[in-house]
Amino acid sequence: MAIVTPGFFGKRRGAADRLPPGQYLADDFPVLTAGPTPVVHTEDWEFTLTNEVGERHTWNWRELQALPAETPTVDIHCVTKWSKLDTAWRGVSLDELFADVDTAADYAMVHSYGGYTTNLPLEDLLDGQAWIAYEYDGEELLAQHGGPARLLVPHLYFWKSAKWVRDIELMVTDEPGFWESLGYHDYGDPWLEQRYQGD
Amino acid sequence: MARTAVPGRLTWRVATLTKVADETPTARTLTFDVPGWPGHLPGQHVDVRLTAEDGYSTQRSYSIAEPADGEHVVLTIQEVADGEVSPYLTRALPVGGQVELRGPVGGWFVWRDAEPAPVLLVAGGSGIVPLAAMLRARAAAGSRVPLRLLYSVRSPAERFYADELRGAATGGVDITYFYTREAPPDDPRGAKRIGLADLNTHAWPADFEPSCFVCGPTGFVETVADTLIALGHDPRRVRTERFGPSG
Repeated sequence: MAIVTPGFFGKRRGAADRLPPGQYLADDFPVLTAGPTPVVHTEDWEFTLTNEVGERHTWNWRELQALPAETPTVDIHCVTKWSKLDTAWRGVSLDELFADVDTAADYAMVHSYGGYTTNLPLEDLLDGQAWIAYEYDGEELLAQHGGPARLLVPHLYFWKSAKWVRDIELMVTDEPGFWESLGYHDYGDPWLEQRYQGD
Repeated sequence: MARTAVPGRLTWRVATLTKVADETPTARTLTFDVPGWPGHLPGQHVDVRLTAEDGYSTQRSYSIAEPADGEHVVLTIQEVADGEVSPYLTRALPVGGQVELRGPVGGWFVWRDAEPAPVLLVAGGSGIVPLAAMLRARAAAGSRVPLRLLYSVRSPAERFYADELRGAATGGVDITYFYTREAPPDDPRGAKRIGLADLNTHAWPADFEPSCFVCGPTGFVETVADTLIALGHDPRRVRTERFGPSG
């Protein structure tokens, strides 16, 4: 049902099979953040997993760095339409962090330093699909891109990959996070173009 | 946790260009007629979809420049050199031409005219567009909330809405320009990037607890937001919208 816009040809840049619908290739690394960039020092940094009965597992920066690291190279897709291919990260798989967490919950709420939240099904954080990333392109992760550490869940739109991640709280029932409360899709699969509620 | 009403599905609508006006040699204001448009809040944006004859299509997001007015949607688009979509919209799309559009999108970077707090708008370049919608909404609502607009722009020739803003700077509205490359000869500040002294002098004091809206390129927004926080503004009252080149 799309209408044709006469005289528009577009600039196809290849890699079309790796671009979800409505996305275009970005060369730079744009930033989407709702507010100021929080300053988080690694000496104060903590990351906590809390299960549905309130049991907490906490790592400080040194403990995170001591865990086995992985170096995923992934494509990322922002709901604001840019995609970036073959981005190189270093971080700890959430499978590693969840290894000793006892849970029957189906959902997770991710909380960030600065107050941002985003929700997703727990299963999307497991089985090699998600990391706590602290390096990008061989360098420590810049604060404006979520440093010192951010969640990386590349198979969903990038707002799910919460910057400045602070804790993940497991939930029996789903609850909307920040953008999910403001009209964005609850799940956010870029290949199904789930940008906004109802998509 | 903050909750808001669930909006309906955002459907693609056909938008017909009814009016164009040049803002600068590389930026144009486009007025579209969009049957069924549900209205919007100042600060929100739309997705625009263009489809070529062979079926190839692409989308971009653009801020809405004017408050809700029936089925009109007004965008001001800065042409990005070598961009895919903006050169078409700023140069090629004729009056009567059609694109697809959906929205409104974004429920955070919005100003509501019932908010009593003073308003601080800080624009970098074409970041003025959603902030102009807020300024215009204030006037349309007859609101008396004190508003300051700080507008950083490369040179006088690159100002958007220059005549209108000259007339708007009355009755509780202050507008200050900060030139980054070329300032008028009578501007004692000269041309330089916006900094701590500028914001300390011209922004509302943090004690006034203003609602702050900062929009512009990423580096500009990072600098301004960090500076506002250094000046004591509560990060929760500083809303930002950053954009990189979006062709």
